[in-house]
Amino acid sequence: MNIEGLRIVITGAGAGLGRALALALGRRGARVALVARTAGALEAVAAEVAAAGGEGHAIPGDVGDKEAIHRIAAQAMAALGGVDVLVHNASTLGQVPLRSLADTECEALERALAVNVLGPFRLTRALLGPMRLGGDALVLMVSSDAAVEPYPTWGAYGASKAALDHLARIWSAELDGHGVRVVTVDPGEMDTAMHADAMPDADRASLASPGEVAERFVEIIRHAGSIPRGQRVAAQGFSAGVGS
Amino acid sequence: MNAPAVQSRADEVLAPATGPRGDALAERLLVIDPATGRLSDRRIADLPELLREGDLLVLNDAATLPASLMATGPMGEPMELRLAHARDDGAWDVALFGDGDWRTRTEHRPAPPVVGVGEALLLGDDLRALVEAVSAVSPRLVTVRFSHSGDAFWRRLYQLGRPVQYAHLHGALALWDVQTPVASRPWAMEMPSAGRPLSWALLERVKSRGVALATVTHAAGLSSIGDEALDAGLPWPERSEVPQATVDAVGRCRARGGRVVAVGTSVVRALEGRAERSTGDGLLEAGGAVTGLVIGEGFRPRVVDGVLSGMHEPGSSHFALLTAFADAALLHASLRFASSRGYLQHEFGDSALVLGVSHGLAPRISA
Repeated sequence: MNIEGLRIVITGAGAGLGRALALALGRRGARVALVARTAGALEAVAAEVAAAGGEGHAIPGDVGDKEAIHRIAAQAMAALGGVDVLVHNASTLGQVPLRSLADTECEALERALAVNVLGPFRLTRALLGPMRLGGDALVLMVSSDAAVEPYPTWGAYGASKAALDHLARIWSAELDGHGVRVVTVDPGEMDTAMHADAMPDADRASLASPGEVAERFVEIIRHAGSIPRGQRVAAQGFSAGVGS
Repeated sequence: MNAPAVQSRADEVLAPATGPRGDALAERLLVIDPATGRLSDRRIADLPELLREGDLLVLNDAATLPASLMATGPMGEPMELRLAHARDDGAWDVALFGDGDWRTRTEHRPAPPVVGVGEALLLGDDLRALVEAVSAVSPRLVTVRFSHSGDAFWRRLYQLGRPVQYAHLHGALALWDVQTPVASRPWAMEMPSAGRPLSWALLERVKSRGVALATVTHAAGLSSIGDEALDAGLPWPERSEVPQATVDAVGRCRARGGRVVAVGTSVVRALEGRAERSTGDGLLEAGGAVTGLVIGEGFRPRVVDGVLSGMHEPGSSHFALLTAFADAALLHASLRFASSRGYLQHEFGDSALVLGVSHGLAPRISA
């Protein structure tokens, strides 16, 4: 996919990887609908996207809130007229500091499932019409190695991301041949606020910057056509032609 | 809704569907063959086998707006504003209602305050609607310009608006209740409801029959205001867009002798309205426009062969539109048949397919 003019929806676009990806795509002339809970931060990112040469639309909303989904989808469609790429990047750890399942509040797991699983499911469904009718859309699920490895204290987050991965595989199998490609991406460890919440003692110098990882996402979007359906891709190892 | 201008006979009146229903595939489908007058009682799930290879199903992909907004008038009077039509210049035609909401039948709602050009209505904290024009037909139809545009307007609309609905429903609708599976750009004031029961699985079964699918975007308008003068003028001009892919699909369908089946009266209006404006050699040209075309008895469709639609009351503009595809006596008979078999009407009700085994009722005017 050529990035210029692409109509892209990014959730969790107010900070971290979502913001960095919006800017990386904006620099290449994409039209980006930005979704996050905080209007102020989003408007700042929208302005940055515009300053970088793209088109940024701020759509405040919580993907963990059922009531918000169709509002978000409709505002994105009003702004962009269609969707070529949908990036499910919004995510919550559930509860910080992280804790073992024995000490995890039920509500923390519920919140993780609402934001990390139900949100992407609902928003994909709400935008399926234009994506499926358009015939050439890409859905990126931002996952984590915590979806695969049973890291102690990462229960709410890890279980939700594992569910997201499997949801993506099933979406992918069902949408095969129907104009929508679904790819799961593990961004790897990044120097974000979320990472600091989860691992406050981590050596930040050892972490990739969101901007570097965003560049890998741009490559994934560019070469999505060559990624086998249902594939789980590691962003930091991704280069064109790898992954098949 | 309102009593139609032409009263239905008692045995033609269907009970209303009072809200969203569970299994759309089990909903009723009355198949009306205009050539033979034959009526058959089927289910929505039977749609694929009622179509045949080479046919084309055209859907309206407009998403439904939350077009009902609570407002206060110039003197602080509570009122309701319903979006009716987005003008090219960014202004909106809106219908005004007095205090209250959908639970009161529209014709029983108190009149809204009379507003004049230059006055403003307030919606929520900071969205203002400045009145730019008042209709000569009724002071309840005005053209307004909102204080916000672009993303800022859409954000406020989606914070404040609710789906337009009527008193036959039992509960308040959520935004998702009024979206069809193919819903794309938010253009429609009310749900293009003929497409509501068509799940993706059903559409795939239709395609596997060798039936092509295509879309138009048509800003289906308000179906009833409850003001006699205004209701007599329905349907109002509506925004419509026919993509090139659909023009091509219609061409291919015609070339191989297939039938163009419109899903909903809005699709008929979009395609026939477009065909009426076409100036070139072709039957249809791609593009967007506002169509004021009113279709009724004697209208000769140029593009559309059949219509999948809801069950419509005599006297409504939707019923009138169907008379372009089947004669009125047959439509009246079909309502008696449907009523005797317990069909339901309105946006969550049952469906009718008006489709002949052969092309059209009358000689076709076409390329």
